[in-house]
Parts: sequence; structure tokens; C-alpha cells
Amino acid sequence: MIYRESGQFASSYAKDMRMFPLLQDRWAFGALLVFAFVVIPLIANDYWLSSILTLFLIYSLSAIGLNILTGFCGQLSLGHAAFMAVGAYASYNFAVRLHTPVLVNFLLAGFVAAAVGLLFGLPSLRIKGFYLAVATLAAQFTIEWVLVSFNWFAGGSMLGAIDTPPMNIMGWDVSSNLDKYLLTLSVVVVLAIVAKNLGRSEVGRSWRAIRDLDVAAEIMGIRLFPYKLLAFMVSSFYAGVAGALYAFCYLGSLEVTAFELAVSFRLLGMIIIGGLGTILGSFLGAGFIVLLPILISQAIVFLHISGASDFLANAELMIFGGLIILFLIVEPYGLARLWQTIKEKLRLWPFPY
Amino acid sequence: MSGPVTPEPLPGPAGEPPRIALKAGGRPILQVEDISLSFGGLKALDRVNLEIREGEILAIIGPNGAGKTSLLNVISGVYHPQQGRILFEGQDRTRFRPHAVANQGVARTFQNLGLFRAMTVLENLMTGRKKFIRTNFFLQAMFWGPAQKAEIEQRERVEQIIDFLGIEHIRKVPVGTLPYGMQKRVELGRALAAEPKLLLLDEPMAGMNLEEKEDISRFILDANEELGITIALIEHDMGVVMDICDRIVVLDYGSKIADGPPAEIRNHPDVIRAYLGTTDDQPPPASATGDITDRAGRAGGGPIEET
Repeated sequence: MIYRESGQFASSYAKDMRMFPLLQDRWAFGALLVFAFVVIPLIANDYWLSSILTLFLIYSLSAIGLNILTGFCGQLSLGHAAFMAVGAYASYNFAVRLHTPVLVNFLLAGFVAAAVGLLFGLPSLRIKGFYLAVATLAAQFTIEWVLVSFNWFAGGSMLGAIDTPPMNIMGWDVSSNLDKYLLTLSVVVVLAIVAKNLGRSEVGRSWRAIRDLDVAAEIMGIRLFPYKLLAFMVSSFYAGVAGALYAFCYLGSLEVTAFELAVSFRLLGMIIIGGLGTILGSFLGAGFIVLLPILISQAIVFLHISGASDFLANAELMIFGGLIILFLIVEPYGLARLWQTIKEKLRLWPFPY
Repeated sequence: MSGPVTPEPLPGPAGEPPRIALKAGGRPILQVEDISLSFGGLKALDRVNLEIREGEILAIIGPNGAGKTSLLNVISGVYHPQQGRILFEGQDRTRFRPHAVANQGVARTFQNLGLFRAMTVLENLMTGRKKFIRTNFFLQAMFWGPAQKAEIEQRERVEQIIDFLGIEHIRKVPVGTLPYGMQKRVELGRALAAEPKLLLLDEPMAGMNLEEKEDISRFILDANEELGITIALIEHDMGVVMDICDRIVVLDYGSKIADGPPAEIRNHPDVIRAYLGTTDDQPPPASATGDITDRAGRAGGGPIEET
């Protein structure tokens, strides 16, 4: 009844091309921002802020990055976590060696990761599909190996173990879990809007054209190679910033194993479950992967299901795996498409047509 | 929310003389000189010479496997010929990559649809406007100022084409969900959005019913007459070819066997032989005494050489 678009006419192309053309969507987005910035800090406890929400936001950001490469440009990557590692260690080194301001660090971490991403994107000139995916595995292994082997990157400590220095942004001492949550949230909101904008302008269209049919894209005057490389760079930039946030706002102290191959697969799982080629899907997918296991274990406790503790731990994984399969069967195009379908239905609800 | 209701002709390139004057003997816009292309041992094109003249509608016909699509692929830069050269507006561009060919002002459609299926009709047409958008990446990231202005300007042009083709109602539908005939129409629209000087159409009417064919024929004629676009098309429906084309080139086994106005091609002995499969030893069968259009007519206006 509420979600109606009748009476809302776009009277100019600018209005028709808005990020959220529908009034209700704009309200919902505003309400969500208020909720995230005002309500959550008021109601969430330290455990939620430090262990769940911040992690969810960081994974969302990294998933947006991977979605730009895989969902928008159609280049499969299995080395996304490695670019997070590049960002984490770059930001650490800038902070410790050059004492650059925190936000500048994050930005530089993104650019360093983008440069490394550019390098590992070069094979995309010649190979595509599964073969490119295997080539991106090289990024994962090479970067992990470099960070472990050359302890210069970790300031001399073994296995790349680092402790992030305290953060201070123009007098704001970012030390509590709430501060870190708010910092992460701000960065994620800005970069998510940037990604949304890229998706709806010429760059994003060219990426999607390459994804859908590269031969036709080239015939339409789109040079494949620069656009693929750009996708690798932007994707790695997002991963780099996410990695820096992961190090500074979530873990605090970490080793290279924090960015192992399993994390890359996790990210890939997020965008596939969430929805390829959508920004919303990156958030939904990250939410699914990060929040659902917690909800399941809470539910097991809540329902007083008793049993051996190892059985319960495995039951959690089994339910989680089952739900992934269920959601992929229900909606192969991801949670974002499911949301789209719900919105379509809401336009008419409660009337049949 | 779109432009005016009545389709307004898009203005052609500035300073273009009226088409009628060009019709008789326009200067060549594209010259294919002595092109040979082979895949391994298979010779797809064998020393083909061809000229596309400014302002005309040229049909390229021939039996299956004659090399028509290969010729189009060579012209649009997908394949590079082993021999010969291609001149566009007098300049050699034999080795150009497809994107460079596109930016020179050549657009094309594909035999089996080359649309971006997951994108909407609007977005597909907007890819045609790519070369007119000159804002940088960072402005696009903010979707602000010049970037937004460019989007709006190009959107206006695209809306004119949407009007022209009468596809207003589907502008925000993903093309993959549209019926085949509509997809063909959208693909034509995407090529027109690029404002090409030369438009290459690979079987624009394949698999269409009579009504859809009439629609597409109308769009092709309008694009040619009102927008001043030179068109080269591959088509199997001889009725359409004879009706809308100014000149016909016939290929067989990778070689050009005839080149001329429809009336001449209709009764060209080599063409009749290529289509009906008679040899020099045998006189043509009694049923083949008519021209090739008659043959097409008897088959219900359908393609005459599909086996």
C-alpha cells in the first residue's frame, strides 16, 4: 500500500537519472543512514560494534570492490584478499614510517593496492574466464609470500605480524569501538556512493558492456584493455581501503594469514549470494556471510538445543551451508534480485493486479 | 518525460548535401581493395574488390558461406585480411582495431544479436553514445557537474532515437527479456545512436515476420534518407533487397561475382547460377527461367537459398 510510484513523474532527465528515482527509496535511504549513524551508536553494545558491525562494513566494502571487477566488468578474481593485505600493510607502513594522517593513509593504501592490482590485471589482455581466475590466484600466493618473506613490510617482525599505531583525525581520537565503527561507516558510505555513481555513468556502462559481450563492446568503440585494467585498479583500490580498515579499525594487530585464500573465497561467495553487479548485493551478501552464522548459533542457544558441543559447532556450519544452497536455488541472481522482486510485488500489494 | 510525441528526424551530419544528389554517383566512403582472408586452408574471401558510395543503400547477398559476414568482419576490424587494403574516406585503415573503426564512424549490427543482454534498452543505446562522452573518471565517480551534464545531453539524443524506433515503452527493460524482433530493433537503435557515417547491418530482418520486416525496412530507409547514413546490409529476403537497395553486390565462394543495380542483378546469369546451382554444361531448368525475385516470391517471400 505504501510503496507506490503513481503520481511521481520525472519531469527532467536529471530527475529520471537520480540514484533513487522513487521518493520512498530516498526516504528509506535517509532513514537507513540515520539508523546507522545515530540509532546504532545508541543501542549497540561494544561486542556488536567491535566484532560484528565493523566487520560487516569492512567486508561490504571489499565485496563492493570485487563486485566492480567481477559483477560489473565480468573478470573473475580469486585474489581479492591479497589486495586487502596490500592495503593493510601499505597503510601500516605509511603510518609508522611517514606518520601521514590517518585518512591520507587509507587513501594511499588504496592507491598502492590499485597499482598492484594493475600489475596483476595485465594477464586479462590475453586470457579470460576461468583461466583468468587461475591467474589471479597468482596474486594471492605471490603477495602473501612477499609479505611473509620480506619482513621489511612488517617493520622487521616475523611472519608479517604488525600492531597498528593509534589513530587521530584532526583531534578526534579514534580509539573506542564506537569511534572505529563510525570511521568505518563514513568511509564505506562515501565509497559505496562513488561505486554507485561509477555504475550508472559511462565507465560503468562500458564495464557492463564488456561483461555482457566483449566483441560487441569493442565494435561500439570501447577499448577493452584500458577498461579492464581500470576495473582491476578500482577493485583493488576498494580492497586496499578495506584492508587498511580491517587492520586499523577491526583487528589492531594481525599477521598475513588474516588475508588468506579462504577470505578471497568468502568475498566471492558474498557477491554471488548478494547479487553480481549490484552495490546493494555487496552489502546483503556480506551481511549474509557475516551475520547469519552468528544468528544461527544464537538460535541454537535460544532454542535450548542440547547436544555435544562439537555436534553443535558442526550443526551451525551445516545449517549455514544448507541456507546458502537454498538461497541460490530460490534466487540464482542473488539477494539483491530477491529484494527487487519483493519491491515489484510491493508496488501492487495488497491488490492482485 | 521523453521528447516530443511525433518522431522528429535527427539532423544529419552538418553540411551534408541532400542525398538525392549523391544517389547517382556519390564518392566512395569505403573502398575494399583486393581483400583476401583465409582461416587455415579455408579461403573465406578471395581478392574481393568493393566500393561503398556515400549515401547509398548497398546490399551484399550470396548463398550461405559465401563470405558475406567475413567481409563485414573485415570492414569492422574484427578480422584483418592477409592481403589487400581498406580505405575509409580515402585513408588506409586496414589494420585498425574494432574500437578505432567505430570511432571513425562505422557502426554495425550482428547476425545473431550482439546486445548487452543484462543491460536495459536505454543503457544499450547509451553505449552507442560513448564516443561523445568526454568526461573523466573522477567526475563520473561523483556524477557531478560536467559528468552529469554529458549524461543528460546524450540521454536526450538517445531519447530521439527511442522515439524514432517507437520503443518508448520498453526503455527500462533489460534487453535479454525482450522478444527477438524487438531486440533486433534495439540493436539497430544502438548502432544509430553512434551517429555513424557508415552503417553495416548483418541480416537485420532474419527470422522476422512480414510486418516486422516492413517496420525495419522503413527504419532503414528513414535512417538513409533523413539521417543521411550510408548503409551496407546483408539480407536473404530478395524482395526486401530489390525494393530498398540502390545497388547489390553478390558474393559466392568468397569472390565477388556481380555488382550492380537490382534490375541488372535480377537477371545476371552468374547470380542465377550461384543461387540455383546450374553448371555451364546444363541449361538452366525450366523453373529457373524467371529471375531470382520470382523464385523468392514462390517461396512465400522467404529466404531463397536456405537449405
